[in-house]
Amino acid sequence: MASLILMPALSPTMTEGTLARWVKKAGDAVAAGDVIAEIETDKATMEVEAVDEGMIGKTLVDEGTQNIAVNTPIAVLLAEGEDASAADDVVRSSDPAVGAPVAIETPSDPAITEAPEVAQAEDDRDWGETSEITVRQALRDAMAAELRRDEDVFLIGEEVAQYQGAYKISQGLLEEFGEKRVIDTPITEHGFTGMAVGAALTGLKPIVEFMTMNFSLQAIDHIINSAAKTLYMSGGQMGCPIVFRGPNGAAARVGAQHSQCFASWYAHIPGLKVVAPWSAADAKGLLRAAIRDPNPVIVLENEILYGQKFPCPVDEDFILPIGRAKIEREGTDVTLVAFSIMVGVALEAAAILADEGISAEVINLRSIRPLDTETIVRSVKKTNRIVSVEEGWPVAGIGAEICTVAVEQAFDWLDAPPARVCGLDLPMPYAANLEKLALPKPEWVVDAVRKQLRD
Amino acid sequence: MDETPSASGRSNGPALSPETMKRAYRDMLLVRRFEEKAGQLYGMGLIGGFCHLYIGQEAVVVGIGLNMKQGDKSITSYRDHGQMLVAGMTPRGVMAELTGRSGGYSHGKGGSMHMFSREKEFYGGHGIVGAQVALGTGLAFANKYRGTDEVSIVYFGEGASAQGQVYESFNLAALHKLPCIYVIENNRYGMGTSIERASASKDLSRNGEPWGIASRKVDGMDIFAVHEAAQEAMEYCRSGKGPFLLEMETYRYRGHSMSDPAKYRQRAEVEEMRRTRDPIETLKAEMLRSGIEESVFKDIETDVKAIVADATEFAQTSPEPDVSELWTDILVEA
Repeated sequence: MASLILMPALSPTMTEGTLARWVKKAGDAVAAGDVIAEIETDKATMEVEAVDEGMIGKTLVDEGTQNIAVNTPIAVLLAEGEDASAADDVVRSSDPAVGAPVAIETPSDPAITEAPEVAQAEDDRDWGETSEITVRQALRDAMAAELRRDEDVFLIGEEVAQYQGAYKISQGLLEEFGEKRVIDTPITEHGFTGMAVGAALTGLKPIVEFMTMNFSLQAIDHIINSAAKTLYMSGGQMGCPIVFRGPNGAAARVGAQHSQCFASWYAHIPGLKVVAPWSAADAKGLLRAAIRDPNPVIVLENEILYGQKFPCPVDEDFILPIGRAKIEREGTDVTLVAFSIMVGVALEAAAILADEGISAEVINLRSIRPLDTETIVRSVKKTNRIVSVEEGWPVAGIGAEICTVAVEQAFDWLDAPPARVCGLDLPMPYAANLEKLALPKPEWVVDAVRKQLRD
Repeated sequence: MDETPSASGRSNGPALSPETMKRAYRDMLLVRRFEEKAGQLYGMGLIGGFCHLYIGQEAVVVGIGLNMKQGDKSITSYRDHGQMLVAGMTPRGVMAELTGRSGGYSHGKGGSMHMFSREKEFYGGHGIVGAQVALGTGLAFANKYRGTDEVSIVYFGEGASAQGQVYESFNLAALHKLPCIYVIENNRYGMGTSIERASASKDLSRNGEPWGIASRKVDGMDIFAVHEAAQEAMEYCRSGKGPFLLEMETYRYRGHSMSDPAKYRQRAEVEEMRRTRDPIETLKAEMLRSGIEESVFKDIETDVKAIVADATEFAQTSPEPDVSELWTDILVEA
């Protein structure tokens, strides 16, 4: 049967084009793949190939015609045995609506462009008896417990096995679990991260240790494009249960390339969860939750905290929910929001403020994504002031997000503009005195609070 | 290396039964007709964005597919429609994903470059050049971790062979003796840049040599040669000897994507390739020589056209995804 050849779309953005030249004319036989015409698109001159075999019965637009809309009939292709009259028939009977581009309805209701409410995780329960352990021990114990619990969990990274961990986080794990499940890699972040993500797509549950989170930049494509997006792109078929963990932020005197906070980088990505433990209990409870989570989770640890001791529940089942902040100190005059090592700075600031008669509430975020906005907003409505404290840079940082949450959700309760305390907006210097100047300290927080109370 | 890689054609004539040849012919024709139709739908504005067609390279994926067994995994780049059809994914589901409809494999949320099937062990469909090589190495890692004899097939182009992570993957696969078949589909052009202008290595089949990766260079336009090489690679991997590298010398007839005017090569080059080395015609000639009757081809053509027509109809009538799909599948509910 005779059929119409339509003006094709030859680029993602083409809506119309120019028929530059007919290569085949009426009466010419064509086979699939033969060039029949040249068309100028918005980008280039393209050759149009015949899709079916037959004979050109008639051309419907002249050479040189401009602004031909996509899907306009440009010629008639006759099947074997048909004569030119069939061409006229098909043109006459063609419905202009046939082959028209499908109109795509854009949702106009703003409600549906907003994310649904995230269900609140269970309330913090009392885990009873605690013992003092270091953050390092807590992380090790968390991994050991989960490796024991689930055969699909394995630890992979540089120096995690024989060397016992560059920071001794994986001490003893090789001995207990063997080289099948505690795996040393060459220095090849892009490769081993991609490999671990591939394994996770099949349902295994890798814990990827980056010697420091700085080196995750070598592998960030796999974290974002492969791990975080595959569930969505596969229509829910293929999740990626994986943990990426390692020390984050400034250590001490290691210079610009090894002193950087990645909270804001990873918190930006839908499809990832991001947690940042401060205490040993945070570290153990959140890492266990991260390993059990069916999604990719970034665990931002801190080298300086590794050796610090905190009380941690001894209960074998101890675990914390991801997405819940913890109020470390209750107060009535100002809310200090911090995560990781800055929780300690905020608590020190609160102690100084208390001496001045100012009562500060300190929130330990624990989880950066999802962010426990409910706890933050409830606190602001009580204290009417908020100061965020982070080690990372100010521009587009976590503090910017927290201040926005306060403004958007508690504007009428605020007695002062929200304030941010951040690391200075510069690469970390090496010199001891300069480094000290670049990182937030309790006095900066105290100053920010005093300013809020004074204004 | 236990052998010097050399361009291997078939050694002893057809090693395929008439039934296998018919299946191969049918599969190659399905890929060809499916892709031609996809090109047509793109022209009509029914498929958007980027769309990379597999036309010309059919013998590679079909020849390897003949040697795959249940549980073998595969992964490729964005030129992925052929791989999906050979993995056993339905033409309806693939075509409907191309048109962005709810009946597509990803409910319309992936598109041409991002499609997956847990059931058929097809792991995508990846839009980042070379990413699938490290991911595919992970599929092989998982096979070994679970103690199966399953193999992971990792397809990538000669363009991707310039990516650093390819060699990081080779090192990891060789270190761990992973059951991974790396298939370089050398179609000569990485977008508009010819292999001569992109690679100082003139024989990609030797690119695994520093890691001792066994390899073969194969005439990727000849399904018999592909089949024979794939058989060898599969046996090698299944027996636990480690990864295997196959360089398939192939050719794409169409542009890099639908919007590529392909000015970097002469049209005569494409025509010469189609005329003298077309993988479907080559197989057909061999089948005719072996006594298979012309009517067999007519029947296959009719069947394939019907399958593609049905997929096309489905892809145009399946509704667009419900707006509620916008917010699903971002995270697995814990």
